[in-house]
Amino acid sequence: MNWLIEFFGSAEYWSGDDAIPLRLLQHLEYSFLAFAVAALIAIPLGLLIGHTGRGAVIVVVSANAARALPTLGLLVLVVLLIGVGTLWPVLIPLIALAIPPILVNTYEGIRGADPDLRDAAYGMGLRGSQVLFRALLPVALPLILLGLRLSAITVVATATVAAYVGLGGLGRYIIDGLATKNYAEVFGGAVLVVLLALAVQTGFTLLNRVIVSPGVRQVR
Amino acid sequence: MDEPLVRWDWIARNWDNGGPTSVKVLLENHIVMAFVPVVAGLLIAIPLGLACARYRWLYQPTVGVMNVVYSLPSLAVFSILLSVTGLTQTTVIIPLTLFSLAVLIPAVVDGMRSVPDHVRQSAVAMGFRPYRRLVHVELPIAVPVVLAGLRVAAVSSISLVSVGALIGQGGLGYLFIDGWQRQFYTPIVVGIVLVVALALVADLVIIVAQRLLTPWARRRA
Repeated sequence: MNWLIEFFGSAEYWSGDDAIPLRLLQHLEYSFLAFAVAALIAIPLGLLIGHTGRGAVIVVVSANAARALPTLGLLVLVVLLIGVGTLWPVLIPLIALAIPPILVNTYEGIRGADPDLRDAAYGMGLRGSQVLFRALLPVALPLILLGLRLSAITVVATATVAAYVGLGGLGRYIIDGLATKNYAEVFGGAVLVVLLALAVQTGFTLLNRVIVSPGVRQVR
Repeated sequence: MDEPLVRWDWIARNWDNGGPTSVKVLLENHIVMAFVPVVAGLLIAIPLGLACARYRWLYQPTVGVMNVVYSLPSLAVFSILLSVTGLTQTTVIIPLTLFSLAVLIPAVVDGMRSVPDHVRQSAVAMGFRPYRRLVHVELPIAVPVVLAGLRVAAVSSISLVSVGALIGQGGLGYLFIDGWQRQFYTPIVVGIVLVVALALVADLVIIVAQRLLTPWARRRA
């Protein structure tokens, strides 16, 4: 508790480079950038693989690899190989880790849709892409959103670790605090990261209520 | 690039150099810190999962809490625990146990739900008492689903341990810190390869365990 008061009460963390609002904005910016790129790659790919049934191996391999690959090792290696300086060397591992949850769940959502629904949609005269976007996509939406949520959580967590290789954001407090044995800073930063993760989680729960069709929700 | 990705002689020299950071010692620490949370998680998840499967009102709140736990970034949880447990292995083991629980409790509940009703009724009709029915009929049928969860928990646990290196307890994760600080690829590559290999071995062990525990599935296939 004392650490929290020390951290949030200190003027040092409310102005300049280490200001909490600035660090929070940085964290949001990097996370959103990585998340958006990952979603732009993974959703179309997942829809395509799910709809055509070709390339399912990619999905399985990427899911297993993402779980087994150590985040910190990947970050350190990629940044050392490409070099520090710009933002991209750090963003690449972030994006790579953000893709599999979206890809897997989009694929599963489309694949797992009731075959009767698919047949009925074709029977009504819809074309391939119409079946995908008008019939299968709405049914797959809850799973796609789950994938997006897991991915967003992964990105927020990984962006925290990425402070170690020089990324800004809330992870800086933890990494810098550990380096200088300033445990109030470490603790305060960790609490901020946890709050951000909870906010992301809540945001997706609300989004789920708004955009998933009520009919689909009742079935589940 | 002048520096090769892997210097084999470094591996030979540092595999067992007698110090606390020889690769062999780091690997042993890594196994302990990854293995304990998964086993502890399974031991806690079985009774909790059974309770959730039996008393349905427990399920939603438990899954809600586990969802929240799962969303917490590991580094942040390590850092918060640091004030309680200090720079010890416990600081890594406790959060990883919680993450394992978040995967395993739903797996146990789904496993119990995968037991067909007619099987349960047959067992009752054959005179199985609740406890024997659980141990001899329901749990064996739930094994594949529970072990599928265990594979996810084990592989995640093995890769997450390395984040602990940032608070001084990361097993093989130390190699990432070491390689970064010296701008030296070899330890990083060795660390990544060993972590992934460890995850593969754990995965295989669980698959073999599943085959041994569910001989009927093999015969049918």
